[in-house]
Amino acid sequence: MSTQAMSNRRSVIPFGPQHPVLPEPLQLRLVMEDEKVVEALPAIGYVHRGLEKLAEQKDFQQVAFLAERICGICSFQHAMAYSMGVESLMNITVPDRANYLRVIWTELHRLHSHLLWFGLLADSFGFENLFMQAWRCREAVLDIMEATSGGRIMLGTCCVGGVRKDISAEGLDQVLRVCDQLHNDFDKVVTQVMNDYSVKQRTVGIGTVTRQQAHELGAVGPVAKACGLERDHRVTGYAAYGQLDFKPITEQAGDCYARTQVRVRELYQSLDLIRQAIAKIPAGDIMAPVKGNPTGEIVTRVEQPRGEVIYYIKGNGTKNLERLRVRTPTFANVPILLAMLPGYQLADVGVITLSIDPCISCTER
Amino acid sequence: MLENTTEVTVDTLLGEVAIRMGQKYRFVTVTCLDGGDYHEIFYHFDRDYQLVNLRLLLTKGNTLPSITGVFAAAVIVENELQDLFGIKVTDLSIDYGGRLLLAEGAPQAPLNKTRAAEAGTKMEVIEKSTPQGAVAPTEEVAK
Repeated sequence: MSTQAMSNRRSVIPFGPQHPVLPEPLQLRLVMEDEKVVEALPAIGYVHRGLEKLAEQKDFQQVAFLAERICGICSFQHAMAYSMGVESLMNITVPDRANYLRVIWTELHRLHSHLLWFGLLADSFGFENLFMQAWRCREAVLDIMEATSGGRIMLGTCCVGGVRKDISAEGLDQVLRVCDQLHNDFDKVVTQVMNDYSVKQRTVGIGTVTRQQAHELGAVGPVAKACGLERDHRVTGYAAYGQLDFKPITEQAGDCYARTQVRVRELYQSLDLIRQAIAKIPAGDIMAPVKGNPTGEIVTRVEQPRGEVIYYIKGNGTKNLERLRVRTPTFANVPILLAMLPGYQLADVGVITLSIDPCISCTER
Repeated sequence: MLENTTEVTVDTLLGEVAIRMGQKYRFVTVTCLDGGDYHEIFYHFDRDYQLVNLRLLLTKGNTLPSITGVFAAAVIVENELQDLFGIKVTDLSIDYGGRLLLAEGAPQAPLNKTRAAEAGTKMEVIEKSTPQGAVAPTEEVAK
């Protein structure tokens, strides 16, 4: 067989669901021409748990804790999105202090999520030292979440009507000290790494998508923001975000490096939002009374670390919901991932896939 | 009823979706509810943080035209409709044939309330298919 004939042959390589760079079970069936990706088809379904069905069988107040378990990374934001929806249906006004506490825990979650992802990205191109440094920084975030709520990931603090735990003045000071420490760590580790030759070689100009593609394929979160789309639901002012100085972070290049830049800048932004929230948090109640059962239907949206999560909630006046529907950000970012891969090398597939920060357990629910 | 909702039919769906595309809306997702004899389907679109919805009532047993020809991003969620509600979606750009989320032996259309209620606690399961290339045993061989 001639070299020309061999180079025209196409083969299909199953990438995942078990793969060293994939933290969760996603399979990409890669149609290859030699080392170049021509097409990619996703296969999911390895961790579908039927949580939407389970939600119909639980008391609507229990569902806040169920929602929290949809994702092991952005768990607090799931509980918050759900609680906000039910509170709107039941005309519950959440106390101001609870809204500020929600912002603090939400941004702590964003910090630990981005740091976890940063370590995994480094791991995907063999930068083990950076992986360890990013996760070392993350430990400080998990420790402060444990100190303020009792849980390192599943905080269990957000519920319909507000939050179940307060943070004392000493606790808030402790959070501020951790923010200062993290700021220093980010300067030493994360920011320096962004100028690293190896990191740039593996990310600049890799997995590039245009602003137009990102819009048409419904991209959300840092994936959309890295293409210049100002798409961040925190600008709508939910919880206490309306009282804080906030502007979405965007980059323009649309490649893996730009997506990394967005998340790195969001690390600093989260520290800033936590400091602002602590400076402005009012005294008062943390929980509003919850009476009756939800009736009607509503859609709520919250900005998670990976982008917009959407909750459709329908209540029928009983303690059980008629329907709970969740669309997570990774679900929205799968189509754009398929547009990122063609034309790049097999060795880039791991980095490109990691660059959308895929959360498959979230996606499948 | 959700705010900013327009009623559509199977015949007007694709035209309305194309209008949203022309108006620079972003496709967000599809929500489906089991209403007994019909499915209630919402198509959600966003522009400048404003959500607009199309609402379609689909009698059970009827097919649903895919919107992936207009919004390619709908491919995953329309396959999910096939898996979880047993709705046959026509002209899907990638059709997983009801196997996107569910494996062989999984409950069929598990989010349909009526199906689960009819079957009591035991939901119908997807029959095991013959692996590709394998020949199903004849009655004689089976004996």
